[in-house]
Amino acid sequence: MSIEYMGLKEISGPLVIIDGVKDASFEEMVEITVGKQKRLGRIIQIEGETCVVQVFEGTMGISLDNTRTRLQGKPLMMPLSKELLGRVLDGMGRPVDGLGEIYPDKSWDINGEPINPVMREYPRNFIQTGISSIDGLTTLIRGQKLPVFSGSGLPHNQLAVQIVRQAKITGANEDNFAIVFAAMGVKYDVAEYFRQSFEKGGVLDRVVMFLNLANDPVVERIVTPRCALTTAEYLAYERGMHVLVILTDMTSYAEALREISSSKGEIPSRKGYPGYLYSDLASLYERAGLVRGCKGSITQIPILTMPNDDITHPIPDLTGYITEGQIVLDKGLHQKGIYPPVIVLPSLSRLMKDGIGKGYTREDHPQVANQLFASYAKVQEIRALASVIGEDELSDIDKKYMRFGRFFEAQFIAQDFHEDRDINQTLDLGWMLLGLLPKEELDRISPELLESRYVPMDEDEVAKLWT
Amino acid sequence: MAEQVHGTIYGINGPVIKVHSEHAFQMLEMVLVGHARLIGEVIRIVDKETIVQVYETTTGLKVGEPVISTGKPLTIKLGPGIIGNIFDGIERPLSRIAENTGAFLKRGSVMDNLDHDKLWDVKILVRRGEKVGPGKVIAEVQETSSVLHKIMVPPNMEGEVAEVAADGQYTINQVIVRIQEGKTIHNLTLVQEWPVREARPYKKRQPLDIPLVTGQRVIDTLFPIAKGGTAAIPGGFGTGKTLTQHQLAKWSDADIIVYVGCGERGNEITEVLEDFPKLIDPRNGRPLMERTVLIGNTSNMPVAAREASIYTGITLAEYYRDMGYHVAIMADSTSRWAEALREISGRLEEMPAEEGFPAYLPSRLSEFYERAGRVENFNGTEGSVSIIGAVSPQGGDFSEPVTQNTKRFIRCFWALDKSLAYTRHYPAINWINSYSEYLEDLAPWYEENANADFMEKRIRLSRILQEEGKLLDIVKLIGSDILPDEQKLILEIARAIRQGFLQQNAYHEQDTYVPIKKQYLMMDSLLKLYDRALKLLPLGIPVSVIRNTGVFEDVIRIKYTISNDDPGAFETLNQDIAARLDALEADYRSSERVKVQ
Repeated sequence: MSIEYMGLKEISGPLVIIDGVKDASFEEMVEITVGKQKRLGRIIQIEGETCVVQVFEGTMGISLDNTRTRLQGKPLMMPLSKELLGRVLDGMGRPVDGLGEIYPDKSWDINGEPINPVMREYPRNFIQTGISSIDGLTTLIRGQKLPVFSGSGLPHNQLAVQIVRQAKITGANEDNFAIVFAAMGVKYDVAEYFRQSFEKGGVLDRVVMFLNLANDPVVERIVTPRCALTTAEYLAYERGMHVLVILTDMTSYAEALREISSSKGEIPSRKGYPGYLYSDLASLYERAGLVRGCKGSITQIPILTMPNDDITHPIPDLTGYITEGQIVLDKGLHQKGIYPPVIVLPSLSRLMKDGIGKGYTREDHPQVANQLFASYAKVQEIRALASVIGEDELSDIDKKYMRFGRFFEAQFIAQDFHEDRDINQTLDLGWMLLGLLPKEELDRISPELLESRYVPMDEDEVAKLWT
Repeated sequence: MAEQVHGTIYGINGPVIKVHSEHAFQMLEMVLVGHARLIGEVIRIVDKETIVQVYETTTGLKVGEPVISTGKPLTIKLGPGIIGNIFDGIERPLSRIAENTGAFLKRGSVMDNLDHDKLWDVKILVRRGEKVGPGKVIAEVQETSSVLHKIMVPPNMEGEVAEVAADGQYTINQVIVRIQEGKTIHNLTLVQEWPVREARPYKKRQPLDIPLVTGQRVIDTLFPIAKGGTAAIPGGFGTGKTLTQHQLAKWSDADIIVYVGCGERGNEITEVLEDFPKLIDPRNGRPLMERTVLIGNTSNMPVAAREASIYTGITLAEYYRDMGYHVAIMADSTSRWAEALREISGRLEEMPAEEGFPAYLPSRLSEFYERAGRVENFNGTEGSVSIIGAVSPQGGDFSEPVTQNTKRFIRCFWALDKSLAYTRHYPAINWINSYSEYLEDLAPWYEENANADFMEKRIRLSRILQEEGKLLDIVKLIGSDILPDEQKLILEIARAIRQGFLQQNAYHEQDTYVPIKKQYLMMDSLLKLYDRALKLLPLGIPVSVIRNTGVFEDVIRIKYTISNDDPGAFETLNQDIAARLDALEADYRSSERVKVQ
């Protein structure tokens, strides 16, 4: 029988301080009773008999003497079962869909444990998303963590839905494919958009949804991704499933972390974020991957909105240092009406080099991707020049590049929300567009490959393409 | 030995705990915390309160749990079994932990750092009665096929050999030699211990006048690093820091590579673990893993151990240096280490300096980089430790504190550039911002070992690139069409240098590693082409015409068309290019004559 502590010493934002606590352990859960209502909290600092507790449901209505607190003797655990598939849970993993309690098969600490690097398996298997800009140039690999860097007003949610709907994972079929969706501080309609899309795609019974909406308690937001990833780990490593985890929006998560850090009175580092933001984000992102001897895999697609579209802001910056690449969306392309507005130059997939080419996608893939990058980079230089001297003054070859740039954006990057291109279509499209440039310009492709694949496009075809 | 409880836990805040005790702990002493016996280190002492940083997750620790003093600073074991292995930040063997506890790292996995049961073939090299001093090699063990491990008398110990074991098989803890120093007898085994935060001593420093050859053209030719030197690779995310570090770990001509993955991605460590055993050392034909030791403290592993990992790495490096090896240590990335300092400093509520980093950041960085050097060891051999540290500047901005402070203590700066990486120009080392202060010291070596005019040619090459940088500013404003032909030629040859020389394909069998001699010949062909083409301009031959002969494309493709072991092919190529340009000239002169007539 554990002791109940009456009253509190101090309340500050989402934190309460309790005095005279005996035998408390670090990160232990506590149950706080306020009147008839029960709330959960977690000990985040201990000093002698004084504990700092963060209250998940918020501190509204709590006074110094109307609470009773009981230690639960264990850290926050996530009840796990295969029955979670198809369920909707709140940010702490409690069902909110009215379908009753979950009878757990296992119960795991939400903090997880780091994967021993020797036991990781290097990810090499290509996931076909059916989106040319991703498959061709920033290839997603099974077990990768590849975030979408977006901004307010950009269609990152549509892109995520399209990826989920079209993703073909090698080795995955209906029985062993699952999606874990964690919403942190997103609006109700965004969460609802995802739910409806999953429903329309007929995958709803393969999805576990964790919803911490914009008006839900901030402290809960800290544990939402951890609950979601623990569920993913259970499905992947216990049940052998291939799990795609979507975390949105990581910016709200980081802001929640900052809010709590500031109410604890910690010393801030850049832009007020706590000094441990990097380690904290890493403790989430690094939970993606493949483990040797386990059938399943965890692939993460975190979505974050860059504050003020600034890629050097601490959140995208630190994320980029941890994740294996990034898909960057751009307002300029979006305004031109290009969907998905993936700006390919800063986008990158670090695991791509080992997951494409012969035996994975197609032999010519690495060279084609490289050439498209290099040529499109050149387009950007020439555009900058054209904006100074005018397009008419450009040399002939520069004009060809300008034309290539336009076609590349309109044909290769842009595609319909429902269009599912397989990797062969994507690469063939790439070759066709390279046909707009003279052969000498293609310096990233080996002469032998050029010989067998390169077909210059004649003007009739160009005209046809335009219409 | 019954262990005594020396203090009890009083407060817990993340990896930092407060201990109350009557026992006087020493500063930086290693302690065991709680019932789980987590390893920690004393970082501050105020009266009877001692602050400890714990190298593992502290979830579940309770106030009142015991803290045990070990009486010694954080030390690691040095002996056979290090090479080819992978350790965490405090030298715990990750592969043996995996055998015991599975795929996930559990807390409190106290383990012997080195394998206790393995028998090593030991050859004893001293005789009874011999006088021995620090660093003296008393025995040899073939650790891997590439590395002969020398068992040495630890620093600060000398005396007369009192007893020796016979040659044969021993485990690391068996006594092989006894040394009498005055009245004390030292029992020497195959291992010795050393505190990681203390530099191992040596006899004297040597000048840094031999390059660490890396096989990477932009480094070896333009910005070389000396054996025993220090270099930093700063670059924002996605600029290829890790790729460059991997290339250096694979191909540099050091005897031993210590690769510290400090707060980086788990998959990168996995990649090294999968790649290196398959790769072959070009010098001795053995797998690269047989000269490599990995320290892997990934970003999600405990932050305090990340802080220690850099020191563990450099201590291992120094130990092999003492045997007379040239060691290169790659630290990827020092920024994560600095952030670990910041994180712990923040928990201690220390007054922050720039951007929340503690005020002692520069002094810690300088202490670390100063442990590099080429030295004469106590045993008369010569060894070196070269440090190559990656820096991950926040927001890719080089003015941030870690980059700026690192710059003060290193002499080779390989600045990675985002815009080069965007065009997939790898290694994305910017030739305008990078520098090497070792050039002058290394010049004699290059002149002797590559070619007498190596440095001269190098300067011409870099001058062309500088010139191009200036011209490109103009081109950005007005386009390249109106430039005079001399300048157009500069642009053209600079393009060839960039694509054919500076860009290097890490995934191409030949191009991934290029010997210095070939680097010189490539440079030579480029400059010969430039000189020859320059002579055509006064005849009124436009650069576009020269370009149409395809000579530039030919020199760009040298890296693929001429293999590393075929220097003769350069002669043929140069003659071929000269012949084509001669033909062009002759053609032009004759048509001029026709016009005149």
